Amino acid sequence: MIIAGPPSAGKTALTKQILKRFQGELRIAYLKIDVVKAFEDIELRKEFKIMTRKIYSGDLCPDHAAVMVLGDAVDWAESHGADLFIVESAGLCLRCAPYLNQGLGIVVLSSISGIHAPEKMGAMVSLADVAVVTKIDLVSQAEREVFIQKIAEVHPRVILMETNALQGTSLHRLYDLILGSPEIEKHNLVLKGSPPLGTCTICVGKKEVGWKHHFGVVKKLDGPLAEYLFRGE
Amino acid sequence: MVREITILPGWDKSGNREDFTDINLKAGETIAIVGPTGSGKTALITDIELLAQGDTATKRRVLLNGQLPGDEVRYNPAYKPIAMITQNTKCFTDLTTEEFLQIHARARRIADQKIIQDTISLANKFTGEKIKKDTKVSVLSGGQTRSLLIADAILIGAAPVILLDEIENAGIFKQEVVELIQDTGKIIIFVTHDPAIALLTKKRLIMGNGGVRKVIYQNELELRAAQKLLELDRQVGVIREEIRAGHVITKVNLA
Repeated sequence: MIIAGPPSAGKTALTKQILKRFQGELRIAYLKIDVVKAFEDIELRKEFKIMTRKIYSGDLCPDHAAVMVLGDAVDWAESHGADLFIVESAGLCLRCAPYLNQGLGIVVLSSISGIHAPEKMGAMVSLADVAVVTKIDLVSQAEREVFIQKIAEVHPRVILMETNALQGTSLHRLYDLILGSPEIEKHNLVLKGSPPLGTCTICVGKKEVGWKHHFGVVKKLDGPLAEYLFRGE
Repeated sequence: MVREITILPGWDKSGNREDFTDINLKAGETIAIVGPTGSGKTALITDIELLAQGDTATKRRVLLNGQLPGDEVRYNPAYKPIAMITQNTKCFTDLTTEEFLQIHARARRIADQKIIQDTISLANKFTGEKIKKDTKVSVLSGGQTRSLLIADAILIGAAPVILLDEIENAGIFKQEVVELIQDTGKIIIFVTHDPAIALLTKKRLIMGNGGVRKVIYQNELELRAAQKLLELDRQVGVIREEIRAGHVITKVNLA
């Protein structure tokens, strides 16, 4: 299961509720992928006595890092006999989504994150299986419904749920989905979304601003980019 | 259509099972939830709003028409039979009042655009400061936000069950609100510290330590007391408006 969402959306609070629910029933392994700093692995290991690990992507794009390490990570979880493997990803640049063709992909969105967030988050929302809206105790029901409508307009088939993740309200449906999630076939794990282009002078570290300094995929302020490339919206 | 809500007991803050078999709330009924701060009033209406199935802090379960509510009813806002007005007097959404209501109408599958203006007009009956359709909801005052959300719950939410969390302390005309939503055939639940509102309802749920302690039914004498309180409220209201307008209180105001 992959949990994605912007920082402070409530990913870890949601993870804790899942751990609380399945503690003692399932063997759970947890991997946190972050860029600079993460504490969740230590916190969750202490509180729930589960197997945890973290990986820092550093100069690598965190989604790139995830693709690189997930194969090993699945082996690691399997070697410890995990029934449930939770990967919490740092969704940052919003170009990509970390979800795989197998297992559940969950996006966590805070109900106070701004009404346009679901649209701006692109594939992280539109490729998720489940969208969990958190912090619902902080806003009115009407506002929650407006926010949820926005998510549904981005991704009409997503399974929506609202929760106060600190208390873990109304998560029964998520627990059922987790229990019903089929076994992973580890030699056939593929990203759901398409990765970004990555062969250019910026990717290799050239800092000068302006297209004239670069080669590879260049873009002018007014000029067109190749037709087949995604240009936002 | 919701004819009845049934609340099944959960546990209070000390882990004791609530002492009732079930509480039934019927269409056309008004109910008050009373008790000191921290006694579990908001948790109870939140349970009702979420149609809790043992998955909230209290572990209560809520039935609709005597049956378990389906997933669609619990999770799809378009089918949700309950509208709740919380104590929140702040909207974070960066939208104008009109846009906000339009999206909410879409969420509730309402195509008729007339409902937007109707909702704003109704809201303006509840508040002295008029709401304009192009005002951002994030800058509405507390009273305006409340008024808008109540009007929204009545017209766009159009839910057979309305939950109102302490409407009295929000700078709105509560008398107008109470009059408008009573006798609508809906189940109306007030969380309140206001004695007049509490006495006007058919049933009072008394909360303590996170659980329902008692259910009291309205009697004739209480109803008379409520009428008296409303008259007092009206007098207080007149004087309040005089003071707010910068006038000096005279004998006429006291008559």
